[in-house]
Amino acid sequence: MKHENWNGFTDGIWQDEINVRDFIQKNYKEYKGDDSFLSGATERTKGVMKKLEELFALERQRGGVLDIDTDTVSSLTNYAPGYLDKENEIIVGLQTDSPLKRGVNPFGGMRMARQACEAYGYKLGDSVEEDFRYRTTHNDGVFRAYTEEMRRARKCHVITGLPDAYGRGRIIGDYRRVALYGVDRLIEEKNNDKDKLAQKDYDAETIRLSEELYRQILFLGYLKQMAQMYGFDISQPASNAKEAVQWTYFAYLGAIKEQNGAAMSLGRVSTFFDIYIERDFEKGILTEEGAQELMDDFVMKLRMARHLRTPEYNELFGGDPMWITEAVGGMGEDARTLVTKNSYRILNTLYTLGSSPEPNLTILWSKQLPESFKKFCAKVSADTDSIQYENDDIMRPIYGDDYAIACCVSAMKIGKQMQFFGARCNLAKLLLIAINGGYDTTSKMHIGPQMPVMDMKTLDFDAVMKRFDIYISWLSKLYVNTMNVIHYMHDKYAYEKTQMALHDTQVERFMAFGIAGLSVVADSLSAIRYAKVKPVKNEDGYISSFETEGEFPKYGNDDDRVDTIARDMAHKFITELRKTKTYREAIHTLSVLTITSNVMYGKNTGETPDGRKEAQPFAPGANPMHNREENGALASLNSVAKISYDDCRDGVSNTFSITPEALGRTKDARIGNLVTILDGYFAKKAHHINVNVLNRETLMKAYENPEAYPNLTIRVSGYAVNFHKLSREQQREVISRTFHESV
Amino acid sequence: MSGIVGKVHSIQSMGTLDGPGVRFVVFMQGCNLRCKCCHNPDTWNMDGGVEYSAEELCKKALRYREYFSDEGGVTVSGGEPLLQAEFVNELFCRLHKEGIHTCLDTSGSLLNDAIKRLLQNTDRVLLDIKYTTDEQYIDNVGCSLAAPLAFLAYLNEQKIPTTLRQVIIEGINDNEENVFTLKEIAHNNTCVDKIELLPFRKICQTKYDAMKITFPFADVPETKAEAIEKLNKLLDKHTK
Repeated sequence: MKHENWNGFTDGIWQDEINVRDFIQKNYKEYKGDDSFLSGATERTKGVMKKLEELFALERQRGGVLDIDTDTVSSLTNYAPGYLDKENEIIVGLQTDSPLKRGVNPFGGMRMARQACEAYGYKLGDSVEEDFRYRTTHNDGVFRAYTEEMRRARKCHVITGLPDAYGRGRIIGDYRRVALYGVDRLIEEKNNDKDKLAQKDYDAETIRLSEELYRQILFLGYLKQMAQMYGFDISQPASNAKEAVQWTYFAYLGAIKEQNGAAMSLGRVSTFFDIYIERDFEKGILTEEGAQELMDDFVMKLRMARHLRTPEYNELFGGDPMWITEAVGGMGEDARTLVTKNSYRILNTLYTLGSSPEPNLTILWSKQLPESFKKFCAKVSADTDSIQYENDDIMRPIYGDDYAIACCVSAMKIGKQMQFFGARCNLAKLLLIAINGGYDTTSKMHIGPQMPVMDMKTLDFDAVMKRFDIYISWLSKLYVNTMNVIHYMHDKYAYEKTQMALHDTQVERFMAFGIAGLSVVADSLSAIRYAKVKPVKNEDGYISSFETEGEFPKYGNDDDRVDTIARDMAHKFITELRKTKTYREAIHTLSVLTITSNVMYGKNTGETPDGRKEAQPFAPGANPMHNREENGALASLNSVAKISYDDCRDGVSNTFSITPEALGRTKDARIGNLVTILDGYFAKKAHHINVNVLNRETLMKAYENPEAYPNLTIRVSGYAVNFHKLSREQQREVISRTFHESV
Repeated sequence: MSGIVGKVHSIQSMGTLDGPGVRFVVFMQGCNLRCKCCHNPDTWNMDGGVEYSAEELCKKALRYREYFSDEGGVTVSGGEPLLQAEFVNELFCRLHKEGIHTCLDTSGSLLNDAIKRLLQNTDRVLLDIKYTTDEQYIDNVGCSLAAPLAFLAYLNEQKIPTTLRQVIIEGINDNEENVFTLKEIAHNNTCVDKIELLPFRKICQTKYDAMKITFPFADVPETKAEAIEKLNKLLDKHTK
C-alpha cells in the first residue's frame, strides 16, 4: 500500500502494517554535529509567547486557575474551537474553547469534579450533575467493590495516591500513527482486528476486547470530527512537517480532552518529526527558522495543557503537573544514534520560549550518544534545570529502541505496552505498623495481622525483620488486590478510547506498584542493626518514638552495609507482589518514586528509628535522606545506583541538586564535568536522575518573593515544576534538601 | 611498603575544583603549617583522623572510576599530604597500576627522599604558593618562601606538570605586583602550565568556632569574584 503523501520516504513494511518504528528506522537521519545550526525565536514566536505569558500571569493572579467551563463535560467534540492567537499561531487546538480554561471531567468521579470547582470558587453545572446522576463513574465502581480492609489501608495512608477518583493516566497513545497513516487507515486496521476476533471463543476477555475495539473505532471517528472543527481533514496521512506536527498534536489533544489521567505523556515524537522536516527541507518548502517555529508552536500548545484538580490532589502531586513526557535521543538497535536535529530543536524551545517544566523533556542517555549532544544537554541542564536523564543503555535491551517514558520514569514500548498505574505504598509506615503489631499510631487505626507490640528493651534486627516480613507479605497481597479493583473499574467506566485506539489491539500490560520511604526504612533498619534502638511507648502502650544510641551506616554514603538493605528491600517487595495474580495478566513492576508526595507521606508517618521526627518529610524517590551524606555527591549516586532496575522496572528516581560552583570553576568545566558524572552514574547501571544546578539562596529568594520568580523551574521527582506552584510546605522541603556544595 | 596506615581527615567523592576533571579527593590529617587564612583548621592535628591502609583507600577510590573519564582521577590534599608521603606514595602506586590519574595538592613546604619517591608517582602537583614575598610567608604561614620555591625547582627538574594556586586575600595579595611575580615564577619553571587564583572565603568560620579557637582572618572580607576576574585578566595580559 502506498499513499501519495508518503512520496519521498523510503519504502518498508511500515506501509503494509502499522509500524512507526520501521518508518523511523528506514527514514531518519542521525545528527552528530553541535547546536550551531539552531535558530532563535522569531518575532512571530515572541509575539505569541508574550500573549501566553500574559495569560500565565493572569492564571497565577487568579490562584492557579484562569477559568473553568463548569457546564461542559470534557470530551473530543464538546467545545467550539479555541485559539491563542488565531492569526499567528501555526499549530492549533485547545482543550476547551479558550486558552487555559479548564474543562470538567467527572468520569473518574463526581466528588472530585465538584470539589475541584468549589476550590476555585465555581460550582459544577446543573446539567453535568443531571447527566451523571444515572451514570456510574470509575470512582463509584471502585467503592462498590473495595473490601473493608482496602478502605482501611487507604484511610490510614499505608497505600495512598491511588487512582480511584480520577483518570489513571500513564498510558501513551502512539500519537504519531495519526500523522503517518491518517485516521481512516487506523480505523480500517481496527475493523480488521475486530473481525478477526470473531474466530475466537467469546469468553469474558474477548467480549471485553470486542467492546473496547468498538469504542476505539468510535473515538477515532470523533478525533476526525474534532480536527474538522478546526478546519483540518486528518483522515489521510500528513503531507508535510506542519501537518505531521498538527496531526500528532490533534491526537494528543483528543487524549487529554477525553482523559484527565495524572500523567498524560507524549511519547517520542521529535525524531519522528525530523523525518518530515528533512523532507520539507529537500523540497525547499521549509527553512531552519520555520522548523524551529513549528516546534516552538507545538511546545507552546503543550505548555497550555491543563486539568482541573482538587487542592488535596495538588498536595500529593505538587505544581499542577501533566507529565507531558517526551523522550529525546537514545540509541538505535543498529548502533546509530536516534539523535536528530529535531532533538536539538525541542531542547532549544527552553531558550526560544524560556525554561519550563512542561513538556517533561527526558533525555535517553547512552554512553554512545554523540559527544556534542551530551554537552548540549548538560548545557541546557545548567541553564534551565528543566530536563531529566534516563539510562537508555539499561532500557533499550528490554524495550527496544522505540519506547518512551510515561510520567517520570515508566518505560514502555510505544503503542505496544501500557501500564496500570498503582501509586505507592508507604514502606516506612508499614515498618512502624509491624513493630506495633498491626497498629498505626498516626491514624490510631488497627490494620493488618494483629500481634503483640514488639516489647523489647532494644530492638533486635532479626526479630524486627521477621516481623516486617509478615507485614510486607500481608500488604503486598492487599495492594495487588486493591489495584485489581481499581483497574477493572477504570476499564469498565473510564476506558481510554482514544489512547488505546493508538495502540496495537493486543497490548502487553504492566501493573506498576511503588514504594515510598525506602531511604527511611534502610536507615531505620541499619540503626536497628548497627546501633542500639530503644523503643519508647506512648500512653496507649504503642511504640511512638525511639532512642537511638551509637553510630550506624546511612544510605547515601556508598556503604554496602546499608545500601544492600535498601536494595534487598526493593527485591523483597517485588518478589512478594508477584505472588498475587493481577487483573488482565499484567506484569508486576515496581518503582521507587514519590512525585512530590514525599512531603505528604512524611506528614502521615510517625517517628522512625533512623532519627527522623514525626511528620518530617521523606526524601523524594530513591534519594538518601536530606543531609545524611558525608562523602559527597558521587557516594550518594553510587548508593542509589545499587538499587536494581531488574527489581524496579517501573523506575528508580533520583533528584540531584548541585551548586554551579561545585560543578567546576568555568562554564565549560561545569558542562564537561556534568557529562562525565552522567556517564559514570549510568555506567553504574543507575536508572534516572534529575539535575538541578542552582544555589539554595536562589530558592530562598524565590520562597520569600515568588512573584519575582515566575519561571524558576526546578526538577523535583521525575518531573519539573515552577517553584512558585509548589505549596509552601513543598517549597520548604525542596530548600532543605541536600545541595552538593564545593568544599 | 605495605602495612603503612594513613590518617585521613575526610573524603569527598566528587571534587571538581582540585585538579582536572571529576576527582575523588582525600584530605589527609595533620599539617606542619598554621596559615592564617586556613579553611581547614580541623585537619591540623596530627593525632586525629580515620586510619586507612593504602589498599583500602585505593579500593574506595576505584568505586568511582566510572566517573573519572579521561581527565579526572584522584587528588590527595589535606592537611599536608607530604607529612604522610610514604602512605600517599603507596596509594598512588596502586592507583597507577589501575591507570588512574594522580594529583597532589600541597604547600610544598617539605622535601625529602620519601617525598621525592612520592613525586615519581604523581601526575600533577597543585602547588599552593601562598604569597610571593618572604615577609608575607613568615607573617601569615610560618615558613619561608624559600621552601615552596625549592620544591617547585625540584618539580621543574623532574618535569612534573604543575598548577600554581594562590588564595587572593584583600589588602594582602590582591595586587598587580603579586600577580606579576607569580607569573614570573611560572615563567621560570616550565613545569607550570596553569595558574589558579582562588577567592578567600570564610565559610570555615564555623569550624574555628567549633574548635573554640580564633580565626586570624575573621575580619578580612571575602574576596569578590570580580576581584579575581580582574587579576586573571592581568595574568592573561602578562602572558602576551
